Amino acid sequence: MWTICRKELADHFSSTRFLILFCLILMVALVSTYMAASGLREALEGLSKPSQVFLMIYTTPGKFISLVQFIAFFGPLLGIVMGFDAINRERQHRTLAKLVSQPIFRDAVINGKFLAGVITVSVAMVSLLLLVTGLGFLTVGVVPGPEEIARLVIYLVISVAYVSFWLGLAILFSILFRSLATSALAAVALWVFFSFFIGFASDLVANALAPVNNPRDPDELVANERVANAASLVSPAVLYSQATSTILDPYRRTHRGLIVTGLMERISLERFQSPLPLDQSLAVVWPYLTSLAALTLICFGVGYVVFMRQEIRSV
Amino acid sequence: MAAIIQTEGLTRRYGAQTAVDGLTLEIQEGEIFGFLGPNGAGKTTTILMLLGLTEPTAGRARVLGVDPTHDPLLIKRQVGYLPENVGFYDDMTGRENLRFMAELNRIPEDRARAKIEEALTIVGLNGEGDKLVGAYSRGMRQRLGIAELLIKDPKLLILDEPTLGLDPDGVNKMLDLISSLNRERGITVMLSSHQLEQVQRICHRVGIMIKGRLVALGTIEELAKRKLGDAAGPNLQEIYMRYFKES
Ligand SMILES: Nc1ncnc2c1ncn2[C@@H]1O[C@H](COP(=O)(O)OP(=O)(O)O)[C@@H](O)[C@H]1O
Ligand SMILES: [Mg+2]
Repeated sequence: MWTICRKELADHFSSTRFLILFCLILMVALVSTYMAASGLREALEGLSKPSQVFLMIYTTPGKFISLVQFIAFFGPLLGIVMGFDAINRERQHRTLAKLVSQPIFRDAVINGKFLAGVITVSVAMVSLLLLVTGLGFLTVGVVPGPEEIARLVIYLVISVAYVSFWLGLAILFSILFRSLATSALAAVALWVFFSFFIGFASDLVANALAPVNNPRDPDELVANERVANAASLVSPAVLYSQATSTILDPYRRTHRGLIVTGLMERISLERFQSPLPLDQSLAVVWPYLTSLAALTLICFGVGYVVFMRQEIRSV
Repeated sequence: MAAIIQTEGLTRRYGAQTAVDGLTLEIQEGEIFGFLGPNGAGKTTTILMLLGLTEPTAGRARVLGVDPTHDPLLIKRQVGYLPENVGFYDDMTGRENLRFMAELNRIPEDRARAKIEEALTIVGLNGEGDKLVGAYSRGMRQRLGIAELLIKDPKLLILDEPTLGLDPDGVNKMLDLISSLNRERGITVMLSSHQLEQVQRICHRVGIMIKGRLVALGTIEELAKRKLGDAAGPNLQEIYMRYFKES
């Protein structure tokens, strides 16, 4: 398994498409952090610094989106790019038959590939976050406290888990579909659905299960909203964004903010609220993290079982 | 002489279709066995069962005394299998491909280095080892495939259509290579082919398979006597056509 993992790692880090995507993400991340950080510095001028202000670098939209939103958006692509051709490329190049006829357990092939992907993602995320943190540190001039660092580490873990889910899904598709284009498209289609249409779909489910007959009846409205919320949780994208926003924004209490708060409001909000302590944030996030891990395991497990039973011919 | 491959009533069905039908066969240590038959006869399926890559529907097999469904790894460690149309990592050099295979076989590094050079010399790719495999000709790829098997010092080589798609010169080089491996290193070889006239010159014994059934087994002379009478010379093509018409 380590042999395969090592080869895959070398392949990832030398593959053009991975490098292009990583550079793109890095560039946008740095730019958006810089904008967020300088906005934050201006806003903070003359004010006493609220606690955990450092985290705002990550959650404050600069000119367009915040770093966290950006990673939530592009992270899955990273996973898909690394995984969509994991098995079917070897099938097409007819190296798979040779691989499985070597004295290794067959599962070493996919375990090694999955592991290599997770390591690559971790390396990419850690270096990205370190660079961004350094930049934010220089621009805003605030030193992150230990709790903020702890929150960032948890954020990192959740993010790696999230990208690993997409990696597992992409590897599953690369086992199920023989053609590279099909598995790539299938993974991207699922990504688009879970990231952009899940709100729409969960509303549909909610309206079917808990229809609102009387729009003035608060009970019906609440029931409808509950079902919609629950339904949207099948989406790993929703799980991820709720988990990360709880971790990185200790002032957030409810999952669906009713009003969008601006930077100044958020800073002044701190005067009236106290932040959610780290352990409670963790308690809120824990179920999301386990659901995410469970979804990843399901994808990987299905791929594993299919692959172990597949007959591999080199034609 | 001991049997290195033994099968008894080996059968594999795909749905209603029987790909291999009650194959009983013995291959002795030290021989070159030609496993012949037209496309779709069930040769590849048989080989997959011998290596534990596919489960038989019925019957059993023993390779080097081991049941492939129970301990495929033990077999894969000692048997070199060249799949039909073998592929390589085209963005790596010949040597890098060999090194990767050596690692998968857990051959220690310094031993692997020596083995790789030895294998490249045997197959005559010494000068080409540092070229990308993507630039290899079909014949060179096929010989690199053999080199990959040699680095683990196999007792038995199972070659699926090793001469497929080669030009006459390539076919001859490949056959010479196989027969010298057998002569000089005592490696037992089982090779499959649907081009009988090509391989008959190096096989000690052949088995002819048609539609999943083994219809003939023996030396080419024996089969010729049985089918064509004493007068005719040992012409495998003729023998084969007779069997084909009968089935
Ligand atoms: N996965 C499969 N599903 C159904 N039929 C198969 C499968 N694999 C092989 N076959 C059938 O089994 C028969 C034997 O195939 P094969 O062993 O590849 O023949 P050969 O190698 O002698 O050309 C063929 O008729 C083929 O159509
Ligand atoms: Mg075949």
